[in-house]
Amino acid sequence: MPSLGADMDAGTLVEWMVKPGDTVQRGQVVAVVETQKGAIEVEMWQSGTVDKLLVTPGTKVPVGTRLALIATKGEVSATPEPVAAEPAPAAAVTPGPPVAHPEPHPAGARARVSPAARRRAEELKVDIGIVQPAEPGATISLADVERAAAQLQVRPLEAAPPAAAAGDWHAQMRKAIANAMSRSKREVPHYYLSTQIDVSRVSDWLIGENLKRPVASRLLPVVPLMKATALALREVPELNGVWLNGVFRQSSAVHLGMAIAMRGGGLVAPAIHDADRKTPDELMAALRDLVARVRGGRLRSSEMSDPTVTLTNLGEQGVEQVFGVIYPPQVAIVGIGKIVERACVKDGWIAARKVVVATLAADHRVSDGHRGGLFLAALDRLLQEPEKL
Amino acid sequence: MDDTVTRVRTTYRDAMREALREALRRDERVFLMGEDVGRYGGSYAVSKGLLEEFGEERIRDTPLSESGFVGAGIGAALNGTLPIVEVMTCNFSLLALDQIVNNAATIRHMSGGQFSVPIVIRMATGAGRQLAAQHSHSFEGWYAHIPGIRIVAPATLEDARGMLWTALMDPDPVIMFENALLYNLEGELAPDAGAVDIDHASVRRAGDDLTLVTYGGSLGKTLQAADELARNGVNAEVIDLRTLRPLDTVAIFGSLARTHRMVIVDEGWKSGALAAEIMARAMEESFYELDAPIARVCGAEVPIPYARHLEEAAIPQVATIVDAALRTLNKHV
Repeated sequence: MPSLGADMDAGTLVEWMVKPGDTVQRGQVVAVVETQKGAIEVEMWQSGTVDKLLVTPGTKVPVGTRLALIATKGEVSATPEPVAAEPAPAAAVTPGPPVAHPEPHPAGARARVSPAARRRAEELKVDIGIVQPAEPGATISLADVERAAAQLQVRPLEAAPPAAAAGDWHAQMRKAIANAMSRSKREVPHYYLSTQIDVSRVSDWLIGENLKRPVASRLLPVVPLMKATALALREVPELNGVWLNGVFRQSSAVHLGMAIAMRGGGLVAPAIHDADRKTPDELMAALRDLVARVRGGRLRSSEMSDPTVTLTNLGEQGVEQVFGVIYPPQVAIVGIGKIVERACVKDGWIAARKVVVATLAADHRVSDGHRGGLFLAALDRLLQEPEKL
Repeated sequence: MDDTVTRVRTTYRDAMREALREALRRDERVFLMGEDVGRYGGSYAVSKGLLEEFGEERIRDTPLSESGFVGAGIGAALNGTLPIVEVMTCNFSLLALDQIVNNAATIRHMSGGQFSVPIVIRMATGAGRQLAAQHSHSFEGWYAHIPGIRIVAPATLEDARGMLWTALMDPDPVIMFENALLYNLEGELAPDAGAVDIDHASVRRAGDDLTLVTYGGSLGKTLQAADELARNGVNAEVIDLRTLRPLDTVAIFGSLARTHRMVIVDEGWKSGALAAEIMARAMEESFYELDAPIARVCGAEVPIPYARHLEEAAIPQVATIVDAALRTLNKHV
């Protein structure tokens, strides 16, 4: 079960899209998983042949649980063959009751649990497999078990149906957002910068570009902003990556998380992969696809788990300036307000110009205001040459 | 303790001298012997003035022969006296190891209980005075390995004042380790301070978040570390072992059962040290109480260096104790 976001602790397998014996390619969607953020398509990281499906649809399992076995090329089936002709067990052994739950932590992925936590989990009858450590990679401690037990009293995990009722589902999404945002405000020392950018040239360019395109493939104003943001991040790479276990891991690729509001409330910020290397048309296509799938509730696992930065555009709602909250473990969020016409002084003349306020909220553990300022300056500069985007 | 009684300002050295004086006055069988304890007043001036007060019969200077005078003390104890033998530092006590291990510790057992050796051997221990490797080691852990003797480590004025008499009353050999840095420790002591027990560890600071176990010269640093941890929102309990053999495991593991996390501070070398023994017993007796691996802050595995900065780096310090505690709590500060 992949982790599809920093605060996901378990997911329900909804359906398998492959069966044993099928050949699968890297990137292929093989299963659908229901999470607090909706149905997510799980992609393969490795090509091979499906050997065995280990989890049946409808089962809720903790993150890290093995879902299936894939045999890579040249590998024989990992399914253990029954051993023949070993000494038979003496007399008849009464079989124990069937195991009701799937193995929470398969061999080879044993969770680090302190002895005291293990004992407490037994006392409280908490399945240690569902207990999450305080931070990724940390050992599960007494406090983690007690917190999990307290949460279970509120919301027994077994009771969660594979497809929750709409109201419940929204409550769960609210909870996921609450967890992520509380953690952000608790742990991440934000600093905020804001600058007004003249987007007259890029607006003119966009009008010209859209005249060349059929209506269905016209570019939205956010597209050049996405591309410029991705390119500016290359110049200030300490805004692009994740903070894990007290260390910043810079990302060489720019996976731009797009904050997308969901119908009925809530939001997700799935990634557009390699946004810095996509053309405006590719970005537009990716964005259109992403929005459609967000609203339809079908996101892919990699989109959910690996954004390296977030872009939030509230201009359409009439917001002039966005003060973003970083989505952990990312270290920056770029905010775009609405494009407005303002009287600007340029070369001693007052002129009506189209401007937008771009903001940056960034993690002060990783970068400083100086570098953040350079990012906004780069964003401004890149937007003055839209034809190069 | 009655608060209306004026407490007396004193030092660890003076408290120890008072303990010697009380013992010498209280029981005629008590006498003190060792190198320079008489005319010179003791290497650390603990017995200064006692020769004039009690005379040469009871304050006896000895030749520089640890094996000889410790052996003589054991013989005297077997013959009905209560000897206090001072060995200048535990480094030199190795010359007397045969007498201590093969005679003092064994005679009760080998005689089927017919003979006892009620000797008290006092020795200075520890680093921190730029006296280099041959004068700076901590051998408490080695001695605590030996059945048949009791090991105590007074770390406070009360214990410096009170452990000696109780040790003399023990029918078996007691070795008292006095960290030489403590002699100048100043503080207040009740005027009626006297004998204290030598069976139990003591909680010097109560706390819930983790247990810091220490003894002797490291107690002060550990308490300072606990204060610093408190400024970081960590409430540490500090246990002073006081008696290193037999260990008061009830106190140690009782605390661990409440805090679930432990750091052991021991100036001795890490390999096979007292700290290692406590960890091993925690594994045997308290494994299911542990919420994090037990950490140790021990002496670096080198002969204690002469140079001040190297010497400081070689033994536990407040900062290293704080670091270990925060790591045990999985906190980054």
